[in-house]
Amino acid sequence: MPAVVFDEVAKIYPGARGDVRALDGVSFAIEEGEFFGLLGPNGAGKTTLISVLAGLARATRGRVTVMGHDVVADYAAARRALGIVPQELVFDPFFNVRECLRIQSGYFGIRRNDAWIDELLAGLGLADKADVNMRQLSGGMKRRVLVAQALVHKPPVIVLDEPTAGVDVELRQTLWGFIAGLNKQGNTVLLTTHYLEEAEALCGRIAMLKQGRVVALDRTANLLAGTASTMLRFKTDDALPALAAQARVTGRVAQVTAHDAAEVEAILGQLRAAGVRIEDLEIGRADLEDVFLQIMHGVAAEVP
Amino acid sequence: MNLAGARTLFYKEILRFWKVSVQTVAAPVLTAVLYLLIFGHVLEDRVQVFPGVGYTSFLVPGLVMMSVLQNAYANSSSSLIQSKVTGNLVFLLVTPLSHWAWFAAYVGASVVRGLVVGAGVFAVTVWFAPAHFVEPWWIIIFAVLGAGMLGTLGLIAGLWAEKFDQTAAFQNFLIMPMTFLSGVFYSVHSLPIFWQALSHANPFFYMIDGFRRGFFGASDVSPWLSLAVVGASFGLVSAVALRLLATGYKIRT
Repeated sequence: MPAVVFDEVAKIYPGARGDVRALDGVSFAIEEGEFFGLLGPNGAGKTTLISVLAGLARATRGRVTVMGHDVVADYAAARRALGIVPQELVFDPFFNVRECLRIQSGYFGIRRNDAWIDELLAGLGLADKADVNMRQLSGGMKRRVLVAQALVHKPPVIVLDEPTAGVDVELRQTLWGFIAGLNKQGNTVLLTTHYLEEAEALCGRIAMLKQGRVVALDRTANLLAGTASTMLRFKTDDALPALAAQARVTGRVAQVTAHDAAEVEAILGQLRAAGVRIEDLEIGRADLEDVFLQIMHGVAAEVP
Repeated sequence: MNLAGARTLFYKEILRFWKVSVQTVAAPVLTAVLYLLIFGHVLEDRVQVFPGVGYTSFLVPGLVMMSVLQNAYANSSSSLIQSKVTGNLVFLLVTPLSHWAWFAAYVGASVVRGLVVGAGVFAVTVWFAPAHFVEPWWIIIFAVLGAGMLGTLGLIAGLWAEKFDQTAAFQNFLIMPMTFLSGVFYSVHSLPIFWQALSHANPFFYMIDGFRRGFFGASDVSPWLSLAVVGASFGLVSAVALRLLATGYKIRT
């Protein structure tokens, strides 16, 4: 049984200037134990999809299940199986960290949960903050509490909506260490992120959303293999006439993709012929960012 | 049925106001005592509503009930609007709690806040006027029903409002006028016929009249009529609140 199934999910927000299709027939399934990445530019529908999954929003059409439970008809069972780390840094200013976690456990009908709460606090580096009021915590510490709150009822499916946005390196490492550990124990993880290197490092499979539709869905390795797999990076102060159309230029740094060694040679030949002086030439493997950009710009269709 | 979950929300809502009890309990008690001192001082020798009952004694149940009602309303409305504005309502939205659990917990905690403040006001006012308890069961019934009804109205206002000033407007333009025009400071019998008739269309009048009946054994209308009106009004607003919660009105998109 898949952990999560999205079946033809559509979400249409009626607007003054016509309807907005936030989700337009999204279908895919996440198997139990997967570490799954959901990528897409801002406004692609990632958060809307997660909101429908969590019951924060209702789908206009289609059906979503968590561990076989329909999120509308059988919402209580579906929500017990789901732990959501929201994107916004929200907190309840009336309580300290331990109180927040005890209350959150209680909502799920779990009392006397302190052994697991202690384990969460230790695992997320919050042990010395248990009695501190939420208001007094730094942003990074509040983020850790959000993760602990999502896990307090031991959900088999964990959803992280951009958990590392604006987070320092130390917390990222703590967080990913902890989540990877839970994934190894069999928990299913659904991650949305803007950090593509994170998705590449962590996610076995990836779905890419664009304008409310799934535009790519494959194993991360296949996505990387299915695209132009070589990347030339170099610095130059000169214009790139012939290559300008396909190069990605950031300041002095230019990046050009190539399918094979022959194409690399052809590109270098063109540069020499145009009299472009280049420095710091590197030839490397394409990363997920390249795949992402190709797909988002519709180049993917031309890739074999 | 997730009873432990509903109990947790109820407990959390009580803890929430209790942690700031200077503002949520002590302040309204002080306000009510000031009303009593000023109005009692000015009117004690001039007004006698029921034979043998001094004005200050008459005023006490009205002030107690007004405090019960206002604080019950304030509890659920301010808790919900705070959670909505700060965004922490999401912690509750992702739980398996049913709309019945939300309703019972928010309204239950509002009743507790109303009764705690009402008891505080009463405890202080006995220093100023002798207490009467002729038919005490009415006191309890109307205090609980009145607090429940206002807690439910607060829940509806909290769901509907998007900003703090909207719950305040609900309070200032609906709850306050209906409370003041219900006979807190006077018996509606002392009003001209037109205003008497209008008062009888105000469900708050029946709450206060029935509540006062418990203290003096005298009331403007039969306590059974008051019970029927207050019970029906509570039932109606509860049905509305449950419907809004079940459909996720303004809290689930």
